[in-house]
Amino acid sequence: MAWPALIAFTIFGVIPLFGVLYLSFSSWNGLSETIPMSGLESWKSVLSDPGLPHALWVTFLIMALSWLAQTPISILLGVFIAKHARYRSVLAVLFFVPLLLSQVAISITYKMLLDPNFGLGAGLGLEFLQQDWLGDSTLAVGVVIFVVSWQWIPFHSLIYQGGVRQIPASMYEAAEIDGAGRVRKFFSITLPQLKYTIITSSTLMVVGSLTFFDLIWVLTAGGPGDATRALAVDMYQRGFKATLMGPASVIAVILVLLGLGLALLLRRLGGRDATESQLEGA
Amino acid sequence: MKRRNFLSLTAGAAAATGLAACGSSGPSDTSSGSGSGGADAASYWFLSGPPGEPIRQGAVDRFNKTGNGTIKVTTFQNDTYKDKLKTALGAGQAPSIIWGWGGGGLKSYVEAGQVDDLTDWFAQNSAVKDRLFKASFGPATIDGKIYAMPAETVQPIVMLYNKEAFEKAGVSAPPQTWAELMEQVPKFNAKGIAPFSLAGQSRWTNMMWLELLFDRIGGPEVFGNAYNGQKDAWSNPAAIDALTKVQDLVKANGFIKGFASVTADSNADQALLYRGKAAMELHGSWSYGIIKAEGGSFIKDGKLGYASFPAVDGGKGDPTNAYGNAGQYLSIYSKASDKQKETAKAFFKTMLDDAEQQGWIESGGVPIVQGSNAKLANSPDKDFLNFIYDVSSKANNFGQSWDQALSPTAAETLLENIAKLFQLKVTPQEFATNMNAVIGK
Repeated sequence: MAWPALIAFTIFGVIPLFGVLYLSFSSWNGLSETIPMSGLESWKSVLSDPGLPHALWVTFLIMALSWLAQTPISILLGVFIAKHARYRSVLAVLFFVPLLLSQVAISITYKMLLDPNFGLGAGLGLEFLQQDWLGDSTLAVGVVIFVVSWQWIPFHSLIYQGGVRQIPASMYEAAEIDGAGRVRKFFSITLPQLKYTIITSSTLMVVGSLTFFDLIWVLTAGGPGDATRALAVDMYQRGFKATLMGPASVIAVILVLLGLGLALLLRRLGGRDATESQLEGA
Repeated sequence: MKRRNFLSLTAGAAAATGLAACGSSGPSDTSSGSGSGGADAASYWFLSGPPGEPIRQGAVDRFNKTGNGTIKVTTFQNDTYKDKLKTALGAGQAPSIIWGWGGGGLKSYVEAGQVDDLTDWFAQNSAVKDRLFKASFGPATIDGKIYAMPAETVQPIVMLYNKEAFEKAGVSAPPQTWAELMEQVPKFNAKGIAPFSLAGQSRWTNMMWLELLFDRIGGPEVFGNAYNGQKDAWSNPAAIDALTKVQDLVKANGFIKGFASVTADSNADQALLYRGKAAMELHGSWSYGIIKAEGGSFIKDGKLGYASFPAVDGGKGDPTNAYGNAGQYLSIYSKASDKQKETAKAFFKTMLDDAEQQGWIESGGVPIVQGSNAKLANSPDKDFLNFIYDVSSKANNFGQSWDQALSPTAAETLLENIAKLFQLKVTPQEFATNMNAVIGK
């Protein structure tokens, strides 16, 4: 029964992966129909390029900060909307609006709102909003993290909502009999029970953040200078702007390895039983 | 999930432009009859949006009615087009007629064997060649051979200014020299008007400052040496001087606050000028058309002034030298069928006919046709257009925009370093070192 999935995965996953690996040993410019091979030249040029550590740093910075921004809010929102009450269902729907929008549309909208001369700050006459949001290196990274979080918190809240609803009500009843308050219940029952949900959500966040491209591209195009030039942006600029398909493929291979490594690491953190049912013996 | 988003984004963009193209090529399909489309029709991709799109489309429509072949049009937005074209060339799926900017991009197509040599064709059809500006053939010529048909308009970079802002700040005229320019900066700032508008996020906008400063200080050979692959060409004292002057201007608050987050795609830089938030702007002559279309009655009320880039005291460069686009360029895809190539060449002969010239003039452009200034007299924009005609035809040297002249690899490094230079993140010396490293790449 797994055959259709396997075939699709081979065509759209495995074959392109080897294609990229092949290209990483070439000096193809993306224009000629013959692909000239150049051995390890592209690898050497990328690994000795000071742009690579910078792109790695930007990628990890965005990964770490967006995880830090998203996880606590997502857990709290998830716990909040997990309770069955009509007004919470309505709110849950409202929280979801950002997830329904395309990343490009969100980026363009934020870019307009943040424009120092014609944006929200100038329109409302609010001095503190009239910053050079996308033109200042530090602020630009902050804006990227904010917009990423704004879009993805609803998705992760949904995962946590599901997680919270799986926690047996009997545990809370027992805690109440023992006189536990709301905060105590959250830290002693909810949070430990959400362990595997946190790992799932974090894996999605961390691995997903490796490929942030469209949002950064539209918001800052990797700028100002190279302040938001994360790995995926770096790959695109090398490949399609500078027509260096070889080095761009090297970056792509590095991205794949990083993603695999991080996913495995998070799985290890979660322990081997992470994918087993957690209901028994609860 | 994200990767899929990225793929569907590009696919979606292609599909969207494809759909848009179906809409716009509809009329030409019906006029040529349903049977003559298909594989024999030459395909032609170009940039969408006003003012160029309807004029280009009109030229195609008129050609399709002549019975010398059929051309099918697909239009794209600027950045989408550049990426899509590269992908299509690599995949062997490029259009028969390739619209472009000449120079380094064209050179990379030539080196990949993707476009036809048109030298012989121009020799046989000297009438086609002789009626166009000589300077327009520069970016079409690679190693002495012509690989593209120059088209459309000449677009030098000029200094536009807001007369109202000048009055407010008590400044009588645009700067004639760099020293005057630096003196005017505090006068505008004192009145809360930014001296210069700049769309810094787009990077090529910043580059125009360097192009003209390099030229004014050291003449065209300073960049020419880098272009020709001379070692350490960017460390030329004239180059260092120009890079330092730009940073001095940034430090003196010469550019609008937050310029690094302003983009040219949304024409926000022109808006800053006509709304009086900035006094001047260094930009391509196409800005005039944008301001005319979006700036309300700004031009009609006579508030727009224009001048050439100021001279630099003691500079070696000729102050009449101009920079910008000497034209736009159409090449023929080498893998197009013979029939498609024939159609393309027949189309080239009909290009810039009277109706098309008229269209460009009405859009605020000067067609690259010798003596096209004779047609300017009836235009409501004749003052500006005559200014552009004079700037272009009297220039001792008409330099091509650096990012078009250089190879894509060097151009990307250049743009990245220019952004850092304007952000004061690299010193002029560091800029030169970074650029020296990609000479000849």
